[in-house]
Amino acid sequence: MTDTVLEARGLSVTFGSRGGPLARAVDGVDLSVRTGEIVALVGESGSGKTTLARALLGLERPSAGDVLLDGASLDRSARGLRAFRRRVQLVLQDPAGALNPRHTVYESVAEGIRLHRLDSATGRTETDLVAEALSSAGLRPPERLFLRYPHELSGGQRQRVLIAGALAMNPQLLVADEPVSSLDASIRGEILALILHLRDTLGLGVLVVTHDLGLAWNIADRIAVMYLGRVVEAGPTEDVLRDPQHPYTRALLSVVPEIDHMDPVVLTGEVPDPTRIPHGCRFHPRCPALADGSAAAVADACRGTALPILPAGEGHHTACHLVAARQGAAS
Amino acid sequence: MSATTAAPVSARALARRRRREAWRRGWTTFRSHRAGMIGLTVLTVFVLVALLAPLLAPAEGLEVTKATGGVLEKPSGEFWLGTDDKGRSVLTLLIWGSRISLFVGLMATLISMVIGTIIGITSGYFGGWTGAILFRLTEWFLVIPFLPLAIVMATVLGRSLLNIVIVIGVTSWPGTALLIRSQTLTIRERPYLERARVLGAGSTHQIRRHILPNVMPMVFANTTLTVAIAILTETTLSFLGLGDPTRVSWGTMLDQAFGVGAITTGAWWFIVPPGVCVVLVVLCFTLVGQALEEVLNPRLGERR
Amino acid sequence: MSGLLEFEDVSVTYRTSGGDVPAVRGVSLSVAAGEVVGIAGESGCGKSTLAATILRLQPPSAKVTGRVLFEGEDVQTMRWGDLRALRWAGASMVFQGALHSLNPVQRVGAQIAEPIRLHEESLSDSAVARRVGELLEQVGLPAARARAYPHQLSGGQRQRVMIAMALACGPRLIVADEPTTALDVMVQAQVLGVLRDLVREFDVGLVMISHDLSVLADLCDRIAVMYAGRVVEQGPAGKVFTDPLHPYAAALAASFPHIGDMAARYAPSGLPGDPPDPADLPTGCSFHPRCPKRFGACETTDPQLRSDSAGRAAACLLVEGR
Ligand SMILES: Nc1ncnc2c1ncn2[C@@H]1O[C@H](COP(=O)(O)OP(=O)(O)OP(=O)(O)O)[C@@H](O)[C@H]1O
Ligand SMILES: Nc1ncnc2c1ncn2[C@@H]1O[C@H](COP(=O)(O)OP(=O)(O)OP(=O)(O)O)[C@@H](O)[C@H]1O
Ligand code: SF4
Ligand code: SF4
Ligand SMILES: [Mg+2]
Ligand SMILES: [Mg+2]
Repeated sequence: MTDTVLEARGLSVTFGSRGGPLARAVDGVDLSVRTGEIVALVGESGSGKTTLARALLGLERPSAGDVLLDGASLDRSARGLRAFRRRVQLVLQDPAGALNPRHTVYESVAEGIRLHRLDSATGRTETDLVAEALSSAGLRPPERLFLRYPHELSGGQRQRVLIAGALAMNPQLLVADEPVSSLDASIRGEILALILHLRDTLGLGVLVVTHDLGLAWNIADRIAVMYLGRVVEAGPTEDVLRDPQHPYTRALLSVVPEIDHMDPVVLTGEVPDPTRIPHGCRFHPRCPALADGSAAAVADACRGTALPILPAGEGHHTACHLVAARQGAAS
Repeated sequence: MSATTAAPVSARALARRRRREAWRRGWTTFRSHRAGMIGLTVLTVFVLVALLAPLLAPAEGLEVTKATGGVLEKPSGEFWLGTDDKGRSVLTLLIWGSRISLFVGLMATLISMVIGTIIGITSGYFGGWTGAILFRLTEWFLVIPFLPLAIVMATVLGRSLLNIVIVIGVTSWPGTALLIRSQTLTIRERPYLERARVLGAGSTHQIRRHILPNVMPMVFANTTLTVAIAILTETTLSFLGLGDPTRVSWGTMLDQAFGVGAITTGAWWFIVPPGVCVVLVVLCFTLVGQALEEVLNPRLGERR
Repeated sequence: MSGLLEFEDVSVTYRTSGGDVPAVRGVSLSVAAGEVVGIAGESGCGKSTLAATILRLQPPSAKVTGRVLFEGEDVQTMRWGDLRALRWAGASMVFQGALHSLNPVQRVGAQIAEPIRLHEESLSDSAVARRVGELLEQVGLPAARARAYPHQLSGGQRQRVMIAMALACGPRLIVADEPTTALDVMVQAQVLGVLRDLVREFDVGLVMISHDLSVLADLCDRIAVMYAGRVVEQGPAGKVFTDPLHPYAAALAASFPHIGDMAARYAPSGLPGDPPDPADLPTGCSFHPRCPKRFGACETTDPQLRSDSAGRAAACLLVEGR
């Protein structure tokens, strides 16, 4: 299979409310995911992860920047989007709302198969494809769930129906927004193993949006940490999670219950608000490094000098004046 | 991936069974609704009477030349509800009138529902220009007083049954359209529509598979109300002398009764029966509508 | 401390076209005022179903047996008026799946204000608005967010709105069904803090449902672990998490990835085997097809929940014989 790359370049998405201030939910992001690669996008609630994911699928028009598939700008015509979505799928975040309450599980999973006539394309019956998708998402025996309506499923079962619906399309790239957030450890493990398996056998590329750093550690090759609309740190998972550079990443890791070698840093200060993004470094009002004086040398830059957009490629990058100064001093 | 043999029963067959069951459950709920059941029973009787009119009362009874009774005769053994000013049996007129009144009511409702649903869904689903223009149009139709518009249209188009149906249908859709529009607006924001888009669905698919099934219950529940309005309107138009003069409906009966001064002469049998029928049918449709609303409200079925 | 909430041998069976689904099978559990009880367990094991019986919110297709007592009164047979009062101010629920229960065309502030207005009619508009703002800030959202529509909020923000709604009328019992699944660790810590303070300050009872044992271990006094509709282990939170008796609870507790542990890279841990199908449960111990410690008798003998002297209980033949 040839490599397929989905890429965000300088992507921004703003939401305007009538008369109100503009919310810059995504504010300049470079990010890429290619077939055979698993990338985790992590960050706190409201940092713009879902908005970025939706923009990558062409569901949100960027106010600046662009989405590229294999280097070509996304074709936003109805026909172009249809072809695009045959190759790139999304698992939505809210499993309760993402299933039509009047459709049975079978109809929901079969929807994509019917839209793209995948049964004749693969030479298998629709029922077969649906059953296979459901059982690979851990819903076994699948026939028993065919005729259930969403309100007759448990929360985790709904989430798996969504995953099954996306996988039934046999995509090259998958953007999964919190795919396992309401699943217990055993099924979570199964689904993550399935994603790894599909990557290894079919070369599926996955962008997982999550707030679960453990998940990223489990399956991701690369990780991008997002804060208030920007990627603030990105790199290979081992590097970022074992040797976090950005003060925000450090704080995030410190509150993970399973990590005991770090003192928990609970961030204080104002709640981040995409309508009022601070000048300079967007993290400075809450930055623990600035607060405890360890960033005193770069404090002026923190408050006044904006940071460049991190490149999407390989390597470990951090958007922080302090880190830049440290690295500058070291080299 | 685990081996999956084909499902034991075909999924479509199971789906059909499932749907049948949903109907049965709906019917059980409806049956427990007493007022709704009364309404339904009475309506069934009216429909049967309308359908069986040729058997119940021979059509000759409508022809003035073949009238056997005297002018405005009191109810008697021969003429259970008396006679009209031309000597015809009021009962015969009433039976035949039910055909026209119900036909006009149902047909006009059908037209109004189709227009209302189409405009409501399009204006709700498509934002931007299309939506805005359709919304303005709906609002515009809603604010112009309905009866004068109907009168003007009926006068311009001429007095025929079809025209009456069209006039009523074309003037009574805005309410439905607004209702459907607001419903569509809330459905449009649901994540399952976004999911459909991600799967590659175009607008037609989204509307047909997601929006329509979710607004249909509301359309149905609203239908019964519109039928009532349509029957009343037909009556009013006929009463104002804008009905089809060649056909008997409850409205033309009332019009005629007033025309010959049935009130002043005390010929109540010419006025009360059509009046009661109109009120009864309208009431029954409303009762059925209320019961339907309960049956079709998905919220009552699931946890909340 | 008397029981605020008490489940007495509660079973719930859904009737479906595909046959009966026994989702909850004989659960007994109690929650006292000021106590935090966690319910953990696999997806589909009946946690939400059990929670729904507390406010009699189960769908009509569900048949409930046993008793659910709130302050000594059986919720399942209670008169309508009493039930309404209970739902209103006695106990409130944070539902699983946030957007589902929010009205998409109403501002979230108005939705939070609705119960407050109904509850305290005398409050002025500005007082209600202030209260809404306070509630939002309690769950870590700017008060100005009250003007947002649900689709303008992120998943975690909607979840926090739901929590604020549950707190609005000062309930005596809060049932939170997966309240933190959509939240990142930072906000999760904050929301758990809010809930903990509430319990401490107002002696509120709290039932926390989660599939994440570490969250429960952190917050709860006691934890009940469910499997296939039954409580299979119950005991003090720390003990269940660090030293589980039942093999299923052990599997649940062991499956958390340790960041930095290279063994967990590309090897998500999980429990092998299929989740149980409630309509077609295995014989004997329902966990036996997946149990790493099963032995001959497990396939035929159904273990009962037995408590030991230390206030712990487990339904496993190994524990019984100990
Ligand atoms: N349609 C909209 N109009 C206005 N603001 C919006 C809209 N959609 C999202 N936002 C805002 O943009 C920001 C980013 O939202 P987004 O859903 O991308 O967050 P997220 O990172 O996915 O968070 P979570 O982990 O909680 O799901 C939030 O502050 C949200 O309130
Ligand atoms: N209305 C219903 N009709 C039939 N079966 C149902 C219904 N609601 C739930 N079930 C089934 O009952 C079982 C228990 O569901 P429940 O929602 O209680 O699970 P849960 O423990 O909350 O799981 P999760 O962690 O995934 O939310 C599941 O197998 C589910 O499919
Ligand atoms: S740039 Fe300054 S304020 Fe921003 S994260 Fe780095 S040290 Fe903190
Ligand atoms: S009874 Fe047997 S199968 Fe069941 S949990 Fe105990 S050891 Fe495992
Ligand atoms: Mg999100
Ligand atoms: Mg649940």
